[in-house]
Amino acid sequence: MKGLGELERSIMDILWAENTPLTAREVGRLIEDRDLAPTTVMTVLDRLARKGFLNRTRDGRAWRYQPAASRDAYVAELMLEALDLTGDRDAALTRFARAVSGSEAEILLKALTELEEE
Amino acid sequence: MIAAAVLAALAMICAVAAWRLTFARWTWRAPRTAILLWQSLGLTWGLASIGALLAFALDPYRKGVVHGLAEFLLSVEFGARQPYDYLRLGALVAGLSLLAVLVALPLAAGAQTLRARRRHRLLLALVARDEPAVPGVRVVDFPGAAAYCLPGLKSQVVISDGTLHLLSSAELDAVLAHEAAHVRERHDLVLLPFAALRRALPWSKLVRDAQASVELLVEMAADDRARQQCCPRRLATALLRFGTSAALPTPQGALGVSAPSSVMARVDRLVRPEVALPATHRFLILAGSVALAISAPLLWLLPG
Repeated sequence: MKGLGELERSIMDILWAENTPLTAREVGRLIEDRDLAPTTVMTVLDRLARKGFLNRTRDGRAWRYQPAASRDAYVAELMLEALDLTGDRDAALTRFARAVSGSEAEILLKALTELEEE
Repeated sequence: MIAAAVLAALAMICAVAAWRLTFARWTWRAPRTAILLWQSLGLTWGLASIGALLAFALDPYRKGVVHGLAEFLLSVEFGARQPYDYLRLGALVAGLSLLAVLVALPLAAGAQTLRARRRHRLLLALVARDEPAVPGVRVVDFPGAAAYCLPGLKSQVVISDGTLHLLSSAELDAVLAHEAAHVRERHDLVLLPFAALRRALPWSKLVRDAQASVELLVEMAADDRARQQCCPRRLATALLRFGTSAALPTPQGALGVSAPSSVMARVDRLVRPEVALPATHRFLILAGSVALAISAPLLWLLPG
């Protein structure tokens, strides 16, 4: 049995891959781990919905779940913060390097790599 | 009146020293020592400024800041308020406001940082993957270059997919060693108060420069740790590759003006290492920092 975080991830992947809202039963059928109890899938879907990553709509007696945003949108959000492009310079992350502009860096890079190849 | 004057002078000295320190280059030869000096200067400046205002305001009690404040609070409580002139009352309000601001801001910044990290962590859990080639590192599918550390009780080192393609494996090791140093030495906690101060005084060039200096010193400290484990030149080429890859068009105002030169300064330092500051110098600076940090609280107790 996978960990809860891993399960959340695979369920999000399934919902991102499908273009239509799915019920817990449908998600359960698509998931790799067939031994998973249906209630587990429902619990994880509910957790994700409460965290705001899924939107749900009533469909008869079941809920249908749909991602609140695309995977790319989340990647973009992470990377904007990672590259310090959000505008406010907070101390949330420690980044490796900021962008350098200009040819000076390129010349130096070329010189340094050539030095090693010799 | 002496306490107030000494504290005011101390605050002034700290401000001038901080200003001088933003230009100093010896700091690059001993980044860790310099960071400590910065912290000591910041703390002492805050305590001395508040202390000077309060010492002036509470001078009629002749008991120093701490005991004077206690007496003042008690006398207000008992309704026997001293007759104050407006100047002293103004100083009291200013001092207490500054105290509140300097305590509240780092707390607020800390809370906001924790929220941002929590959100970041949640998102990472959903979109990042593990890569067998780099165990223990989270990889995000993004073509540009990005490598960072998400600090916390369980810190995570994150790199983008693009980084894997951009760097050779030796360069990647150097980058990961650099990030591991950030994790181990909790550099995020060093940066937090300076980021908070900058948010409090966004118009102050000195505070802006101070934050930039400390950011650079923290990076240099991590570079120094990394170079103990890997070839410095590898780290230098990784920095240059990162800097020049320019994955995204940078919106104006997002990056500091000093950003390009700071990367070049780090590269220069790695390629042409200067002699580290002599141990005696480092010790003197260390002792000075400690003495400075102790001086303000002691002056708060000085009566009269």
